[in-house]
Amino acid sequence: MSHIFIALVTLALAAAPVRAAGAPAAPAPAAPAFFAAGLTAADAPNDEGRAIDLSWTKAPGDTGGAAVFRGYQILRAEQAEGPFAEVGFAIGGKTSFRDNVAEGAVHYYRVRQLSAAGAAESETVGPVRAAAQWFDASRLNVLIVTVLLAFLLIWYIERAKKGEELFIRKIQGLDAIDEAVGRSTELGKPILYSFGLGEIRDIVTVASLAILRQVATKCAQHGTELLVPNWDPLVMAAAQETVQQAYSEPGRPDLYKEGNVSFLTTDQFGYAAGVDGMMLRQKPGAVFLLGYFYAEALLMSETGHSIGAIQIAGTTAITQLPFFIASCDYTLIGEEMLAASCYLKRDPQMLGSLKGEDFVKAALIIGFAALAVTGTVGVVLSRGGHGGLASVFQAIKDWFVTA
Amino acid sequence: MKKEIPLAITFLTGVIIVVTFFIPHQPLGGMQQRLLIWYSIVLGFTLLLGVDSLLRSNLQKIMRRAPGWPYAVVVVAGFLATLAAGIHTWATTKDLLSLGSSFMYIYTYMIVPLQATMFALLAFFIASAAYRAFRARTLEATLLLVTAAIVMLGRVPVGAEIWDKLPGLQDWIMEIPQMAAKRGIFIGVALGTIAMSLRVILGLERTYLS
Repeated sequence: MSHIFIALVTLALAAAPVRAAGAPAAPAPAAPAFFAAGLTAADAPNDEGRAIDLSWTKAPGDTGGAAVFRGYQILRAEQAEGPFAEVGFAIGGKTSFRDNVAEGAVHYYRVRQLSAAGAAESETVGPVRAAAQWFDASRLNVLIVTVLLAFLLIWYIERAKKGEELFIRKIQGLDAIDEAVGRSTELGKPILYSFGLGEIRDIVTVASLAILRQVATKCAQHGTELLVPNWDPLVMAAAQETVQQAYSEPGRPDLYKEGNVSFLTTDQFGYAAGVDGMMLRQKPGAVFLLGYFYAEALLMSETGHSIGAIQIAGTTAITQLPFFIASCDYTLIGEEMLAASCYLKRDPQMLGSLKGEDFVKAALIIGFAALAVTGTVGVVLSRGGHGGLASVFQAIKDWFVTA
Repeated sequence: MKKEIPLAITFLTGVIIVVTFFIPHQPLGGMQQRLLIWYSIVLGFTLLLGVDSLLRSNLQKIMRRAPGWPYAVVVVAGFLATLAAGIHTWATTKDLLSLGSSFMYIYTYMIVPLQATMFALLAFFIASAAYRAFRARTLEATLLLVTAAIVMLGRVPVGAEIWDKLPGLQDWIMEIPQMAAKRGIFIGVALGTIAMSLRVILGLERTYLS
């Protein structure tokens, strides 16, 4: 019995230093420091009165990962004394939060820090009320540039009205419309016109309708068949009206066939397959791909190339422009599409608006060049301790950045 | 009056949209969003116009025995089969997207593979278009060929094996000359869009009215 007792005592004594050296007991967690949040709550600027912006200073314990510091609970109440309910959460490192609220309601806020050491709450701030603004000051730069542009456009339109001669450079793609229609007529082949995947609310589709009008008028004059497969039913309705009207103008409404301006599908690749099928079966002499295009652009233009059609393409989709340039005879690049209606109509007022646009473009080029020089010289000077010019450049750059 | 009323509506709508961009206060705030919802509703109804056009043109082809009329039979049969599957699925599960339904079967095993097939064809079309574009017949085409070769090689591991500075050169081409050209086009498009919008709002551009 005594042996057993001695053995137990020996084991207990042996175990004690092992526990002390190998697995020390964790120290009791220190209470979280008082959260001197510096919390502020204010109505969000430049909105329709539906948000309150909160900001606070970083908590002292907000230094490690999520295991050490979980983040900040955003608490809101209708009265100063509460009850406060959680309305959001900001992870560690964040010091701001936008709370979406109803317009006009009064709110009080607190922020609770959550860390491994425990939780601590800030003082209550409020009352704060979300209010709508009558002007979005962050868009002042857009307003100024738009007003200037509109003023210049109207000024040039007025000049054009007075009969002033305005020079507009040649756009080969638009001049080639006659050639394309003529060639199809000679070959006795139809003409195919596609808007791509543009919707009627896209300005490039509206511009394309103007070109369609011109193409349809020429088709009516020459008695050439015009096929317009559509992806969007609204664009189809507008295209039907446009083509019908264009056929009526030269007195050939009998040539208009509603079935030729038809709807295919709203599926991107289904549409591409449908148009490709029409090209391969009906072998159009000319293909017009004018509108907004995505990945189907090359599928359609390469098929058009394989059948030997003369192809005129144009889009504002920058990613598709290289494909059109590689596979089409003529490509309208970006703004040339939007200038098409003015160019084709040759209406002095329309040409005036183009001239105004060119003037703004020239001003922008000069402005960009001046800013590039200012920025470069500013950086060089700031290395020598003269940061004035760099600050001016940064201020101008910041002014152009919209919120 | 046939033209004046649409022009007046266009002018008023255009001005309201421009004004709401700068005034967040109600009733103008959120107007753009509301108009977009109206647009979606109108678009939903115009799908019926699309279906009418699709069926009418294909049925006419079948009746006239126009060239390629068997394709029109496939279109009409496909439309009717999908419609029937949709109605059946809705009647039995009340959920068109329920897995294992006949409607989802058509989508998963017919539409998706067909879309993927068309998309996959793009690789071959890119190769044929690139071959034509990169033939070094002029100075511009030669420049294009050299630049494209640098960019393509610089983006794959073998490029760095050939010359360790190739990835950096590729980055420079994409970030400086390529980006400058792209931004130039962007600015032109933005200005053109503003000018075109003004022409539409002021009633100078009327082609959309026919």
